[in-house]
Amino acid sequence: MTTTAEHTVPDATPIVLEKTVVRSRKTPITLSVVAVLSIVLFVIFRRGGDTTFTFAGGRVAPSLPQVVLPTTLTCVILTVVLVLMAAASWWILARRTKVPLWYSSVFAFLFVVAFLTWAAGANSRPLPITSLLLGAVSLSVPYIFGALGGVLSERSGVVNIAIEGQLLAGAFLAAMVASMTGSMWLGLVAALVAGVLVSFILAAFAIKYYVDQVIVGVVINVLVLGLTNFLYSQVLAKDPEFLNNPPLLPAIPIPGLSAIPVIGPVLFDQSIIVYLMYIAVVAVYVGLFHTRWGLRLRSVGEHPQAADTVGINVTGTRFWNVSLAGAIVGLGGAYFTLGSVGSFSEDMTGGQGYIALAAVIFGRWDPVRATLAALLFGFASNLQYTLAAVGSPVPSEFLLMLPYVVTILAVAGFVGYVRGPAASGKPYIKS
Amino acid sequence: MKLELRGITKRFGSLTANDHISLTVEPGEIHCILGENGAGKSTLMNVLYGLLEADEGEILLDDVEQRFDGPGDAMKAGIGMVHQHFMLIPVFTVAENVMLGHESTGFAGFLNQNQARARVRDISSRFGFDVDPDALIEDLPVGVQQRVEIIKALSRDAKVLVFDEPTAVLTPQETDELMSIMKQLRDAGTAIVFITHKLREVREVADRITVMRLGKVVGEASPSASNAELASLMVGRSVELTVQKQPAKPGEPALTVKGLTVVDPIGQLVVNNVDFEVHAGEVLAIAGVQGNGQTELTEAILGLQPRVKGSIALDGKELTGLNVRKVLDAGVGFIPEDRNEDGLVAEFSIAENLMLDRADGAPFAKGGSLQLRFRNTFATEKVREFDVRAQSIDTPVGTLSGGNQQKVVLARELSRELRLLVAAQPTRGLDVGSIEFVHKRVIEARDSGIPVVVVSTELDEVDALADRIAVMYRGGIVGIVPGGTDRETLGIMMAGEQPETPAPQGDPRGEAA
Repeated sequence: MTTTAEHTVPDATPIVLEKTVVRSRKTPITLSVVAVLSIVLFVIFRRGGDTTFTFAGGRVAPSLPQVVLPTTLTCVILTVVLVLMAAASWWILARRTKVPLWYSSVFAFLFVVAFLTWAAGANSRPLPITSLLLGAVSLSVPYIFGALGGVLSERSGVVNIAIEGQLLAGAFLAAMVASMTGSMWLGLVAALVAGVLVSFILAAFAIKYYVDQVIVGVVINVLVLGLTNFLYSQVLAKDPEFLNNPPLLPAIPIPGLSAIPVIGPVLFDQSIIVYLMYIAVVAVYVGLFHTRWGLRLRSVGEHPQAADTVGINVTGTRFWNVSLAGAIVGLGGAYFTLGSVGSFSEDMTGGQGYIALAAVIFGRWDPVRATLAALLFGFASNLQYTLAAVGSPVPSEFLLMLPYVVTILAVAGFVGYVRGPAASGKPYIKS
Repeated sequence: MKLELRGITKRFGSLTANDHISLTVEPGEIHCILGENGAGKSTLMNVLYGLLEADEGEILLDDVEQRFDGPGDAMKAGIGMVHQHFMLIPVFTVAENVMLGHESTGFAGFLNQNQARARVRDISSRFGFDVDPDALIEDLPVGVQQRVEIIKALSRDAKVLVFDEPTAVLTPQETDELMSIMKQLRDAGTAIVFITHKLREVREVADRITVMRLGKVVGEASPSASNAELASLMVGRSVELTVQKQPAKPGEPALTVKGLTVVDPIGQLVVNNVDFEVHAGEVLAIAGVQGNGQTELTEAILGLQPRVKGSIALDGKELTGLNVRKVLDAGVGFIPEDRNEDGLVAEFSIAENLMLDRADGAPFAKGGSLQLRFRNTFATEKVREFDVRAQSIDTPVGTLSGGNQQKVVLARELSRELRLLVAAQPTRGLDVGSIEFVHKRVIEARDSGIPVVVVSTELDEVDALADRIAVMYRGGIVGIVPGGTDRETLGIMMAGEQPETPAPQGDPRGEAA
């Protein structure tokens, strides 16, 4: 550059700063702690005998042969691998900035295998893998519906603490309507309506009256809990035959897919509500990122004023999407009464809405990642039942804590600080 | 398209923000609206754009009366706006931002991204912009973001284009570039409304000038009017545009910064190995485009940055590693760049804000209880000395005008024994009268022998205050040049290049002689 004329060309490239490496030691530390835990559990408190894994088939799918592993040897080998991987993670950290996600995932998988081998060792009853996974998916259903509703609501700028209330309302109304009419379909529709009605309260207070969204959400949860308890004891309990005896949704095997061993019975021999869930996950993902609806929804959750200045009705967009989110969560509520239990009981959601909320954050407000997070929490929940059934040495009180421990570790330990939708939780007040 | 506003009146409670404003903008014309902050320019434009509803008056486009219920209506009618605070969604791509609100879609509402990209490319090539439709907004520099705003307006076939204080965030070169874009648009027949308070820009591009003050149109001026004429019309009295000052009499080096490096949480060297000295009794201005490390540099001096390497020494005493309390006790006065965020507690009264940094000891507190009588005497005196216009010392600071808020910050910082004054963007968002006041106080501090560091992105301010100028670019100091260096040279340095003739670093005492 020698002439001044050239200097007047503005510099259009972004400000690129020199970088230094900030190494986060969080992952290697976590892996090392888990490796030490493995040594303590699997080597010091080692168990002898054999561990048997069974892979039962379903109505259509064939069973796979069972696998028998020597407990001590398997545990020791896996522990050695875990220790080596933890050590290697320090080496990775020294060479590059981050330990990749797949590395942590493989590590986690091997730890779970080692844990299962250990827990079901010493010639205790065989560990049924198919039913472990099937139960995990079943327990995940409300989490996934709840997380999808949470993602939609928060992406449009309204924090949805009320997932719990929406699930409970959906469960209650679905049970009552399905019992009275004898129609599962009307029960599902009633669950949708219940979720939307709860959403209306959230939307009205949060969007129209600018009330703090967290407070409104918590109040709604308490309100729905009180209301369903009241109606249950005063109405449903008086005539349970007529009011609280809904038909259970039948499992519908999908031809072909349901014949795959293990995967078939777990994923493709389920009730209609689970298939609706698969559709909902895909629809929310594609809708959010590839359609006009999703673009506008995200715009009002990120920068409502910008959306307003291009003629998008911020209030309306938020209102209807929060309602839609409520409908999805309500459907998840129907799973309690129509899908698994078969009748309504007091506080039957038992805080699962909050776990769904954790899945939203663990999944970084992405519908697919939130679904995976929900599946993880479902797996942790079901592990306690399965392990109790095979007679593992882990105290049952500890197993009861497991899903919550996993949730806390996941959200606090692995997520840390993430950036959610910029305007989530902030009412849009036109100046 | 011809735009006409007739008798627009907008009131907020007892305040009349726009009082019967009438003006006409012809196609192919750049019409400047000149006025101070708070003159009602932005209110007027928000009325025009449908964000606010006027209490009286009408808007006509090509002599047809319009009714706008929201910005959507205004856009449909052909009005586009380049907002002062960009209305862009940081996590969206350029194409997504441009299409938002009028997306072209296929089956079931699926977005037609290719069409949106083509539209961005088409408009950018027509005006010679270099904008990648797939870039995320948050990765783009502000100058390019502004072009995206222009593309956004043009993609909706805007015939009337409003630029609301568009140059506040640009380098001098980007500003020149914007001016030529505006001329290009004008020549293509667009009616342009250009809102600003910068006199230089007005005189460069305006075809007509309307001056507003306190919600009223106070006159029209021709582009050939002098700066002094325009300024006095704008402020309502004659003002001094440059502060009167004697040449500096620099003493010994007081602040010595050596090899200072600041690392941000994602590992970027936001301040990269910076060396400079400030002598007692001189003003070192740090010029540069916003976001090149100036903020982090001042925060590092104050002890607000966690990852700092290198040395900051004041009168031989090392400041790095000290907490903010100790740095303040060492005699550092700090005027933060965002007075609402860092300088003041809006809900607190003037008196409380004036003692914020001295609440933990005598004379403001004794044995854990505040000495209210002393505080009130002190506040009353400072309010008078610094000419803070407020009902009483108990008025919440948040209700004051920007100029008066800044006077409160100045009063607090300058009423201690100072050994160094760091002023970051001390006149941002202030009216001409307050700028005059702040500049005088800064020069007074200098003349009393205090070393002063002024960070500013406004070259006018750098020019008015600096005895020496350090230009920052991408975290480093490009060079240190004497005060009064011409804009051309500074502009080149702000873009990261060395000027042709190596700038004399020089001994400030030598230059002053």
